[in-house]
Amino acid sequence: MFSIILSTASRYLLPLMLIFSFFLFLRGHNEPGGGFVGGLVAAAAYALYLIANGIEEAKLLLRAEPIKLIALGLFFAIVSTFLSLMTGQDFMTGIWAKNEFPVIGKVGTPLLFDLGVYFLVLGIVLKIIFSLAEEDNK
Amino acid sequence: MSFLEIAVNISIIMIGLSLILIFIRLAIGPTIEDRIVALDLLAANAIGFVAVYAIQNKTTTFLDVGIIVALLAFLGTVAFAYYLERRTRK
Repeated sequence: MFSIILSTASRYLLPLMLIFSFFLFLRGHNEPGGGFVGGLVAAAAYALYLIANGIEEAKLLLRAEPIKLIALGLFFAIVSTFLSLMTGQDFMTGIWAKNEFPVIGKVGTPLLFDLGVYFLVLGIVLKIIFSLAEEDNK
Repeated sequence: MSFLEIAVNISIIMIGLSLILIFIRLAIGPTIEDRIVALDLLAANAIGFVAVYAIQNKTTTFLDVGIIVALLAFLGTVAFAYYLERRTRK
């Protein structure tokens, strides 16, 4: 199945949904949102692109293997827990930077942990979706 | 009770009634197409309910929930249509 309407629409929807997922990710500490929902929305964006354009195009677009995204997410999460040990505080204590950045806001280890969750969820959902789509084509 | 509160209460009741009707269609729907359309309509009603709830509580954070439901419901309908077309072609 190839629909030129869906294919063209997915090309515009993909960046919009990725921006929205990043917005959800940044808002997540004190309001609804966070790394998990952000990752899910980003994965939904890629899933829509996959349905519209086929699995080969989607893999070309992602460039990285989903399993590497999972590893990257776990790496971020682990790094964020060990940073507090280096400063002499307890394990997993949140460390926040003094001054705020524009757009992003306060930066600290919880944000890094959330980034890890974001990549982990994105990687796992994409791994599942790609496996299902490949199984389908056989 | 202001006019807005009355309108919000009426719309909550009506959305609830329509959710019941959609669930009946989802349960008895003779063909799978009926059920897919009912699911899509369920998501649309959920978005309407979220919007009314946001008006009632005077918060804007719930509107983002509506956006996410809209995106995922669209994706779900597209995926259903994709598999439906594959099934009917075979």
